Amino acid sequence: MEKSLVLVAIFAALIAVLGLIPNLTLAFGVPITAQNLGVMLAGAVLGARRGGLAVLLFLLLVALGLPLLSGGRGGLGVFLSPSAGFLVGYPVAAFVIGLIVERWRSAPLGLVATLASLIGGILVTYACGVVGMMIALDKTAVEALGLVLIFIPGDVIKSVVAGLLTASLFKARPASVLSRSDDRG
Amino acid sequence: MISLTSPVRTRAHDWPAGAKLAGLCLASAGLFFVTDPLAQAAILGAVLVLYALPGWLFLVSGLRKLRVLWPFVAVVLVWHLWTGSAAQGAVIVMRLVSAVALANLVTMTTRLSDMIAVVHRLTAPLRVLGLPSRALELAIALVIRMTPVMLAKGQLLAQSWAARSPRRTSWRIVLPFALVALDDADHVADALRARGGLTPLEER
Repeated sequence: MEKSLVLVAIFAALIAVLGLIPNLTLAFGVPITAQNLGVMLAGAVLGARRGGLAVLLFLLLVALGLPLLSGGRGGLGVFLSPSAGFLVGYPVAAFVIGLIVERWRSAPLGLVATLASLIGGILVTYACGVVGMMIALDKTAVEALGLVLIFIPGDVIKSVVAGLLTASLFKARPASVLSRSDDRG
Repeated sequence: MISLTSPVRTRAHDWPAGAKLAGLCLASAGLFFVTDPLAQAAILGAVLVLYALPGWLFLVSGLRKLRVLWPFVAVVLVWHLWTGSAAQGAVIVMRLVSAVALANLVTMTTRLSDMIAVVHRLTAPLRVLGLPSRALELAIALVIRMTPVMLAKGQLLAQSWAARSPRRTSWRIVLPFALVALDDADHVADALRARGGLTPLEER
């Protein structure tokens, strides 16, 4: 119980730190960061339930007013901004990624985690993100998607990285990769 | 760390956090029902007056936090000028800026401890149902404590990378970083258990 709680909290902190490390800023002033890599890792390493909880905990602290989002953003305003849909998508993405990694055991972990990250980190996240932009900016799905398409190549790379990292972490610390370890304590 | 709270103390700091949050929910939902450009402009004007009331310093730091919105504002305005629906574009942009500005206002004028107190009150129904909210509060404290610790450890890793390699740090650094996180989690969990853990003594 204590270990689960601490892992959830540490991954919430990991997502924050990955967003704070130096990053590139692409078009629209939206910074390209490793923040969603943290979301993918939370799901792939901690599994559906705990991975989703880690992301929810991270978002709760953002809402409480800590500047933990990439670029030092935070507070309640980000949940009303056009990119709020992506924030809503993050915990769902971590849950979906965790679910796939937990259930699909017949293929190598690295491959499964990569595919899971592609499905959760891109398909699920962008679906939520686009709906958020449709509401905030009053645009159609195609128009909203057009604004964020340039970020997808970077996220494909991050999905592959998340898969490789998950496989390496499982090799190094099998007991801590809760999505695959049978120790549920 | 960058602070999202106000540089000056305002009267709104003394208002109950729960009331501010409830008001924000109502106001943000209400903004979507105002479709008249003049009414939206009046609302935006009123929000700006709220920002100006505590003084120049507050206004400047508040407006700086809205900078992330400008790209969206530009895209929407250009789009609607191009399609010939400028009034509709203006409504969307003003609604967006007012909503985010109001939310930021609540964050700027509410201390973290007051926000956590609201979380404690909101989780009260869980305690009635027998679910301990202590775990959540402990987790919040852990994240607040561990984020700067892990940031420092990440910077140490980046320094040792720089000492050994002429190339820039790449994604590979995330692996040792994640390993440090997993090992830290083990140690912190042991320490928590040694101090009584999550379950109260009488329940064991």
